[in-house]
Amino acid sequence: MKKTLLIAALSLIGLAGFAQGDKFEGAMKAKLENIDKQNTVDDWKEMANSFERIGDAEKTQWLPYYYASYCLIQAGYGSTTPGEMGDNSQVIDPIADKAEILLNKAEALSKDNAEICIVRKMVHGLRMMGNPMARYMTESPKAAAALEKAKALNADNPRIYILEAQDKYFTPEQFGGSKEEAKVLFEKALKLFDTFKLVSAIYPNWGKPSVQYFLSQYK
Amino acid sequence: MKPYLLLVASLFLVNVVFAQSSTIKGIIKDNKGNPIPGVNITIKDSYDGATSDSTGKYSFRTTEKGEHVLLLTSIGFKSQELKIDLKGATLEMNVELKQEITELSAVVLSAGTFEASDRKRAAAVLDPIDIVTTASGNGDITGALKTLPGAQQVGESEGLYVRGGTAAETKTFIDGTLVNNFFFSSVPNIAQFGRFSPFIFKGTVFSTGGYSALYGQALSSALILESIDLPEQSSANLGITVLSGSAGFQQLSKKKNGSWGINYNYTDLSLAFALIKQQQDYSKPPRTHNVDANFRFKTSKTGYLKYYGYFSHNSLAFTANSIDTLGYRDGFSLANTNIYQNLSYKENLANRWKINLGVSYTNNKDDIKGNLQDQQENQVQLTGLEGKNFQLKNRGNYWNAKAVLEKKLKGISAIRFGTEFNQAKDQVNFRAFNGQLYPSSLTSSISSFFAETDVYATNALAVKAGMRMEHSSLLDRTNLAPRASIAYKISKSTQASFAYGIFYQEPERRYLPGYKGMDFMRADHYILQLQKVAPGRSLRVEAFYKKYQQLQKTGVTGFTETVINNNGYGDAKGFEFFWRDKKTIKNFDYWISYSFLDTKRDFLNYPYAITPNFAAKHTLSLVAKKFIQSWKTQFNGAYNFNSGRPYYNIKLDNGSYKFTDFGRVKDYHNVSFSVNYLPLLGKKDSKNFAVYVFQVSNVFGFNQVYGYKYSYNGARKETIRPPSKIFVFIGAFLSFGVDRSQEVIDNGL
Repeated sequence: MKKTLLIAALSLIGLAGFAQGDKFEGAMKAKLENIDKQNTVDDWKEMANSFERIGDAEKTQWLPYYYASYCLIQAGYGSTTPGEMGDNSQVIDPIADKAEILLNKAEALSKDNAEICIVRKMVHGLRMMGNPMARYMTESPKAAAALEKAKALNADNPRIYILEAQDKYFTPEQFGGSKEEAKVLFEKALKLFDTFKLVSAIYPNWGKPSVQYFLSQYK
Repeated sequence: MKPYLLLVASLFLVNVVFAQSSTIKGIIKDNKGNPIPGVNITIKDSYDGATSDSTGKYSFRTTEKGEHVLLLTSIGFKSQELKIDLKGATLEMNVELKQEITELSAVVLSAGTFEASDRKRAAAVLDPIDIVTTASGNGDITGALKTLPGAQQVGESEGLYVRGGTAAETKTFIDGTLVNNFFFSSVPNIAQFGRFSPFIFKGTVFSTGGYSALYGQALSSALILESIDLPEQSSANLGITVLSGSAGFQQLSKKKNGSWGINYNYTDLSLAFALIKQQQDYSKPPRTHNVDANFRFKTSKTGYLKYYGYFSHNSLAFTANSIDTLGYRDGFSLANTNIYQNLSYKENLANRWKINLGVSYTNNKDDIKGNLQDQQENQVQLTGLEGKNFQLKNRGNYWNAKAVLEKKLKGISAIRFGTEFNQAKDQVNFRAFNGQLYPSSLTSSISSFFAETDVYATNALAVKAGMRMEHSSLLDRTNLAPRASIAYKISKSTQASFAYGIFYQEPERRYLPGYKGMDFMRADHYILQLQKVAPGRSLRVEAFYKKYQQLQKTGVTGFTETVINNNGYGDAKGFEFFWRDKKTIKNFDYWISYSFLDTKRDFLNYPYAITPNFAAKHTLSLVAKKFIQSWKTQFNGAYNFNSGRPYYNIKLDNGSYKFTDFGRVKDYHNVSFSVNYLPLLGKKDSKNFAVYVFQVSNVFGFNQVYGYKYSYNGARKETIRPPSKIFVFIGAFLSFGVDRSQEVIDNGL
């Protein structure tokens, strides 16, 4: 009898645990549906909030904080005006600060993680957009260092090359930009998506549609 | 059987829970009743929540039951927690969030302050790079600051003349501590450069008055420089110009927690002076050896220990036609050795305490000779002009130390207090024409204590109040200097601020020792400012009144001019205007500053209160920068103007000073132009970086007159002019091992 009770108790705990795990995966999956879409700034902010909520509730999962940071960065980029070189730090800095706090939370739960390094590159990129003229000296080496670290951890992560390719794509040619070099990098990223091993369905897998979009621009 | 039953039961329970849910909805506003979008509303420790929409409204369902905490967070607002009881019904929660007071959102105490830094502050009207890309600035720190309102275009001597004050009334601080010989040693009627490279500083604060109680002994202005913490990368530098050659190396440790570096610079003006005719004939063109070294350690996540050491030796000698006696020449020679060392430490302590410590030491030696020469360059002695032959040996030893403790209070409010100690030992040996030696020495120390508090009541209102106490051992006097400023945000981009303060300063050391019973000189400042800052544009208007009391009055005792009493006085009033626009035209950046100054003072040997010869009524600067991406070239231009300054010749006549001549020189105009060409900019995989600089000052060759110099008898006068009409500078600066092109690429995005 005791044994049966024990089994019962264990199964209950197991079930609860399973239910909890399932709930986490389920909630994450639902939120991840839109991660590769063209969302509005408000949508990105809302997604960031949802992920942060999950992260705060779970406490031990790095993924929700990682995605919260990523979505907030997208919201930040959406708040900039393309080609604006002036001081926009009043708008950008609070967003970049929050994205960095969220990413630090993710990193505290998962050290030496290439995905986190990739998003860190984006945090520095966003911060620079706050005042490009004044900040490129300080932010771009930090961005480059983050990407270097990501490469050292996993050189086969396609997202590393998406970021590199986008930099090349948008930079004027006299500053070292090159649409052709960008194409090579986009193709490399696309190829790597084929072999990139996904740990689980909720692990970072964003970027492929944007690569396909950029490559379609060459035709 | 039982376990299965339990399982089924538990599944059933889960379903029951899912079946009953509550709805929470409401609207979120700030304290002014404006809706706040983007607020994250969460049931603590659950997934359930929502984000407020553009009208501040939110609504969500939750399956949680019982007592919970509703958490509201939003960027720029203080988070709030509310207790809720979920009973399966609809709960309406309308919440008001309070704005968070942050450095970013709060009003800035900006009256009388110009800041060049990348910090987002209303006072930061310049970027650090502006210091070196201002065409009329000649790559010198104070050169760029002279294009800001409040500063005069004095060109015949170095230093910042601010709002009717002398250059001696501006003090410079590096990492908190006073710098004694910021400029190279003075040469008659030729302005000298600052000693320090602008590239070692990450932040510059130029106060034109009303500055904080943390600084003292400057009647007019404080120039506060903050050195860089760690370089971004290791690098080696090489520079070759028509004036100088330099080489340097900077190593960043692998862990990026420390760095060290060394630089050597040799300046030799013989080539430039051979090509560009100077007013003076140099028997020894200026030559300077400079070595500086630094190390910086990150002692913890927030702590830094920084050292900067500087050694320099320079010498020069020239002759010019003597104004006193035709056919003869005045000779002047100078040799200077200067050592400066600065050690500073900063750290964030527990409980929001912060400590800043700094100590600096300067050793300065000047050997100056003056003589009268005949056409064959032999030293001669003429009756009545014996004073032209002299030797002067100055030896200075200066210690400065400062400690500041800061405690952050609620939000960004803070209290700060600390102490400062300045000791100066000067030894002057004056040897007259007849070989007679007149030695003198002067030691004095000033001990100061200060405390101030910043109170941010809301994002819209800030007050800073401070008190400084200084004791001078030389004067044996103690002063008490209150300081206060207040700033109020009128709208999102507009703010008004006011600053007040009493400032004391010892009489200038070159007029000491003076009479017994000397007192501090005193200036009271009142500054009112209106500022509007929008992205890419800033506008500020400032009005001020400054009252001088107890200024030094001098007379001649023996061979030297010394302080005879403290009865000098004066005032300065005016208004200033500054407008900068980086936005209207793409890749084009310009600023305009205008100052109106009305000042009179009676000090030194002035017979009565007059507008001093370093004060122009109208001063205007126009600075423009245009970057052409496809040429990889930046063009910089500047126009500086001031209305003619007064000039005087003051002579001792029957025991009292009288004017023998006075007037106003013509208006001053200067147009400077520079081009920076960056050929490797954005070059693929380039680890090197190159900047070629071409610069011309006084492009149009305007006839610039700073004032007049007079013969001893006052019968003859000559204009004081720049040493050459036009000056051209060409240089190449290379950096190796640093891939700065990547930085520029990212910048170009």
